[in-house]
Amino acid sequence: MSGGAAAGPPAGRRPGPGRRRRHRTRGYFWYLLPGLVLSFVVIVVPLAMNVGLSFTSWPGVGNPEWIGTRNYTRLFHDENFWASFRHTAAIVLAMAVVPTVLGLVLAAVLFDYVAKRFSSRSASLFRSGLYLPQVLPVAVSGIVWSWLLLPDGAVNALAKDAGLGGLVRDWLGDPDSALPSVLGIMIWIQLGYPVVMFMAGLQRVNPELYEAAEMDGAGWWQRFRRITVHQVRPELYVVLATTTIAALKTFAQVFVLTRGGPGNATLVPSYFAYRSFFEDADVGYGSAISSIMVLLILVVGVVFVRLQTRADTEGRR
Amino acid sequence: MTAVTRPVTGSVAPDSAPPAPAPPSVRRRRRGPMAYVVFGVLVAVMALFLGPLLIVAINSFKSASDFAAHGPLALPHGWHLSTITRFWKRVDFGTKLINSLEISLAVSVLGVVLALLNSYAIGIGRVRGRALFLVFFLMVNVVPQEGLVYPLYYLAKQVNLYDSKIAVIIIFTVIQSAFGTYLLSSVLAEFPTELIEAAEIDGANSWRTLTRIVLPMSWPTLSVMFTFFFIWTWNEFFLPLVFLISNDNQTVPVALAVLQGQHSMDVTATSASALLGVLPALLFFLVFQRTLTRGIAAGALK
Repeated sequence: MSGGAAAGPPAGRRPGPGRRRRHRTRGYFWYLLPGLVLSFVVIVVPLAMNVGLSFTSWPGVGNPEWIGTRNYTRLFHDENFWASFRHTAAIVLAMAVVPTVLGLVLAAVLFDYVAKRFSSRSASLFRSGLYLPQVLPVAVSGIVWSWLLLPDGAVNALAKDAGLGGLVRDWLGDPDSALPSVLGIMIWIQLGYPVVMFMAGLQRVNPELYEAAEMDGAGWWQRFRRITVHQVRPELYVVLATTTIAALKTFAQVFVLTRGGPGNATLVPSYFAYRSFFEDADVGYGSAISSIMVLLILVVGVVFVRLQTRADTEGRR
Repeated sequence: MTAVTRPVTGSVAPDSAPPAPAPPSVRRRRRGPMAYVVFGVLVAVMALFLGPLLIVAINSFKSASDFAAHGPLALPHGWHLSTITRFWKRVDFGTKLINSLEISLAVSVLGVVLALLNSYAIGIGRVRGRALFLVFFLMVNVVPQEGLVYPLYYLAKQVNLYDSKIAVIIIFTVIQSAFGTYLLSSVLAEFPTELIEAAEIDGANSWRTLTRIVLPMSWPTLSVMFTFFFIWTWNEFFLPLVFLISNDNQTVPVALAVLQGQHSMDVTATSASALLGVLPALLFFLVFQRTLTRGIAAGALK
């Protein structure tokens, strides 16, 4: 860099900002080197090894034996594999779709109703309360809820006290209620994130916009649809992308709450891979499952980035 | 960060007259009965969100016989600390706290440093192919750990880093800094060019420019990143579960989760374990609340 600056452009021709910026590329690459090297060692190489292992049969000791695509054909015939992805689809609903929709409504109620009719202090207190589960380690939230849902736990005691004794059951141990319970807990964990994101996004909105709409006779619902949803579009993409990807990676909740059970009623790909790796010593099979997860998550990531950039350029036009 | 620092142009009054005493947007509306219904619903939602933690906390102070006699919803007949202290000693909770603290602190410091170096090259150095590098770092952050875990486990064993905090620190430093790079690069891309140029004219080399100008001026963003890296790392579960198997190395979430599956845990001990897991997080939440909300707003728009 210093060399370029010393040589400098001939006097009289003043470099524009763009020209000068282009100049500044030499010497800076070295700052990128540690990050790139570490990323290769910790991410790229293991990822490549994982894909390679997915074409082998390997118990984790000795030499992996090349078996071509047999792990994948086995997967596609494995009922557990399909079940785990069906559960993931439900988890996307519970972690991405439902919290986003509820979060949008809650954020709008807090921002455009509670803050105005009560106080912005009460609105931000509600927001904090909703956000609290987000700060807990997921594993710890799992412990909290598995305790509450014990057969002699607080949820059943509450149901009995409320005269709803028919609801009493072993929530996480009953194959019919295990998955719905896990999904409910996920909504509880996740809801605060969209609320905080959307309320932050709404800070950008000109309050006069709401007032003008109100004066024109727009009701709350109309203001919500026409202003709120439109204004938080950037946040909407970020929330949907991050929560969908988090849903595809679900592990800790299932590990703590059900270990995939009862039977395989709450099995998810992540736990399925973990089990193949470390309990069944079926490393090739686990690698195949996790390789499919990687592919799926990268596809979701790319789709969202493209949607977002398209929305960005449209917004700018 | 840009989203936070950008002034909200709409709210600025067009004339420069002193602010009116009560602009219409601030005036409180009338509250009809509907308003109280909405408020009541929100209070109920709050109860659903905070109640579970409260019930867990209450039961941690009960003796086992108290729980057996009166169930989970009654207030304790006499507040016992013994359930909590016994559980604390049994899992050696102090050690787990220190382990979690060590790992999270190391990752957040190193992660911020690495993210700063990367973003300095991308955002200010504008190295060739910077858009591709950004996509690369985004992918590094997004890739599921399940797709790395076995090779990492195998490699760590080869170099004697299995069951060591160092391996976990290195891995999470890379993963968190990748997100930090993505965030900070766009912040640094809008760094005032004049300041960099002035430093260059004064003869500062790029390292000096980084440490004397860019670093001090990016402090607010870096502190938000630090907070997030700390909490994210504290809450991590999957890789620490695989990598930290000995009692001396386990983090708080891993130790609690592993114990939870054991039959020797009675009901009140489990609630004590949940409470001990909740408390540090609650502390961070209260300490960092402002940074968190500020940071989330920043992350929203990169």
